[in-house]
Amino acid sequence: MVYRRGMTHHTLDARHLLCPLPVIRTQNRMKTLNKGDVLVVTCTDPGAVNDIPMWCRINGHTVIGTATTNNEIMITIRSE
Amino acid sequence: MPVFAHIGDFHYLCIICYDYRPLLDNHADKNMPGNHKAVALISGGLDSMLATKVILEQGIHVEGINFFTGFCVEGHTHAIRKKSHSQPKRNNALWVAEQLGIKLHFIDVIDEYKGIVINPKHGYGANMNPCLDCKGFMVKKAKQWMEEHRFDFIITGEVMGQRPMSQRKNAMPIVARESGAYDRLLRPLCARLLTPTLPERAGWVDREQLFDFSGRSRKPQMALARQYGINDYAQPAGGCCFLTNEHYAAKLSDLWLTRGRKEYELEDIMLLKVGRHLRPRPYFKLIIGREEGENNFLNGYRQRYTHIRTLSHEGPTALLEGHADNTDLKLAAQVVARFSQGRMAPSVKVHVTVTNGETRTLDVVPLSNNEIPASWYIGAA
Repeated sequence: MVYRRGMTHHTLDARHLLCPLPVIRTQNRMKTLNKGDVLVVTCTDPGAVNDIPMWCRINGHTVIGTATTNNEIMITIRSE
Repeated sequence: MPVFAHIGDFHYLCIICYDYRPLLDNHADKNMPGNHKAVALISGGLDSMLATKVILEQGIHVEGINFFTGFCVEGHTHAIRKKSHSQPKRNNALWVAEQLGIKLHFIDVIDEYKGIVINPKHGYGANMNPCLDCKGFMVKKAKQWMEEHRFDFIITGEVMGQRPMSQRKNAMPIVARESGAYDRLLRPLCARLLTPTLPERAGWVDREQLFDFSGRSRKPQMALARQYGINDYAQPAGGCCFLTNEHYAAKLSDLWLTRGRKEYELEDIMLLKVGRHLRPRPYFKLIIGREEGENNFLNGYRQRYTHIRTLSHEGPTALLEGHADNTDLKLAAQVVARFSQGRMAPSVKVHVTVTNGETRTLDVVPLSNNEIPASWYIGAA
């Protein structure tokens, strides 16, 4: 992923939270971001792989990357 | 004959039958069609999906809200149980919103909801379900959201007579009144059985295109779903809240009885959803995983509880909540061994880690089925 100048990078630890808490935490954190900011959400709930991108589609944000390491899922979202 | 008392802007309450009537509609925006917005309570079930669809079809802008109380059946349960992993996981409220093309806002009400669970004004249903208070609370929160975001009315998927507590004919006005929503609360699926609401009287929605569903049958909703081309939906009726489940209710009651007070934290109510719960002694309880997914979930809590796992045979992860001396720990190990692959073995090696970090390995004889009294089980076996 390429970071552009002016893009602020944020992280959210949503590990050990189960649906819908990863989505709720993501929603609440995204409200504080500016357009163009990036949020990397780390989860362990397998459902987050579908739920967070679905939330993004519904609310007009963009998932720009998903990675899985061991049992952790990292979803990168750009605020639109 | 009704006797009215003024209770707010343009609303009057009959003090005899407690039915409310809007006396004046001067505030209604009758001359700006197509300019109204509704907030829909979206549970993820079929009824809320249909109710929203009905209003969307009339050109109303709708956004959804979903309240997280901590007692939801889906999601958590599906994420925990490994055998469910072969099925696609989804949050049904989100899925409904995406299917309908509407935004969905999650509202975390875990803390506020405690008062509803602990001391419901209208009491509990068959188990620990405070459905009437719950519905009133959620509609009240929806009203707050409506006002904050300058929406015009609230819609729910309620169907008269479908649920035994909150959807009785005489309960529905209570929800509208006690939430403060009054006639800004529209139930599209049964609106034609109820007094016309403000959106209907004002012409924002066409009452003739609303419905008169009632009773426990799901057939009208399923027929409407087919008409809309909706073939996929979550379980159509109820069962979305653990508080309606008798086994869960038994565990929650046990929690409160043991603690001597009615209170809980999110962690408590999450753990009640998982595993077998046994109370071999009044002062400690075992939570025993039933399969790999539950074991993994319970492992996430092992730093805060005494935890037990079998070493010599495949077996569950178990948490011990409460206080246990050495004799109790041996008993707990024997119980856990009973639920392992070594249940018929003469001896099972069990690893115990106490909360202070101390560990020990015990060789125990698993308890037989007859040695575990039914009274030890909290909720289902």
